[in-house]
Amino acid sequence: MSAGWVTVAAVGVGTVLLKAVGPVGVAGRQLPPAAERVLELVAPAILAALVVTETFASGRHLVADARLAGVGAGLVCVLLRAPFWVVVLCGALATAAVRALQ
Amino acid sequence: MALPLFPAVAALGASFGVLARTAHVGAVEAVVMSATTFAGSSQVAAISVLGAGGSVAAAVVAALLLNARYVPIGISVAQGFRGRILTRLAEAQLVVDESWALSGGGTPRFDKPMLLGVGAMLWIGWVGGTAVGSVAGQAIGDTSAFGLDGAFAALFLALLATQVRGRSRIQVAVAGAAIAAILIPLTPAGVPIIAATAAVAAGWRRA
Repeated sequence: MSAGWVTVAAVGVGTVLLKAVGPVGVAGRQLPPAAERVLELVAPAILAALVVTETFASGRHLVADARLAGVGAGLVCVLLRAPFWVVVLCGALATAAVRALQ
Repeated sequence: MALPLFPAVAALGASFGVLARTAHVGAVEAVVMSATTFAGSSQVAAISVLGAGGSVAAAVVAALLLNARYVPIGISVAQGFRGRILTRLAEAQLVVDESWALSGGGTPRFDKPMLLGVGAMLWIGWVGGTAVGSVAGQAIGDTSAFGLDGAFAALFLALLATQVRGRSRIQVAVAGAAIAAILIPLTPAGVPIIAATAAVAAGWRRA
């Protein structure tokens, strides 16, 4: 088997299992109220981390590039209470515009 | 409200297909990977490692570290999953960052039909885009010019904005962002996101 196929198979099986832990392993059980309150805080923690990594991470380096313009435009849209699709469109346009100028 | 994501995800899928081609990974492998792994950043990481001459082990570890966040993400929506084990296993594969966050995952207003609907739509766009990109190759040009990476970062910001209600959630978000920023230069990709879940401690006492 080629390196490509071994990688595809291993990553595929591993990811299917990682995604299954919650919906298959924990599903339907009534969790203690304390655990539920912790889980409600997982979303803001992960989303904040995704914003940082998707904006500033380039491999193991922190960089400020065209993506920052996209997030800045997105922030303006969020403050103006624009719908999600406007945020995505403005984010793409601002990132593309700055990238084109560089 | 998620429909505009379809062209964006399809274009990202196409760029993944182009990347696979430049890394000498075949079109069939690329499409099978998109259909089974269905997690963009991890697929790009794995193929980039192979393309740079890295080992299979390094590619697999890089990808699975990135996808380790699906353990806490999956647990946060586990309450909504009932029924046969194979059904839950299949439905779990439609949990990706965007479908999870758009459907209110981890909040009391979690909407499972929306999670599955958005997830299925994104899957079709991602797999279809990969097929087009891996066959058409360089003919479709440099998709980074479309600014999709900045668009998805902006989307995550908008989704975060829906989450930060109340002091404890704001503290958790700030702490999560800080943990991620500190760890990006120090750890492999994926670890900063997983480690950021420790930020729940910042809001725990007031929760």
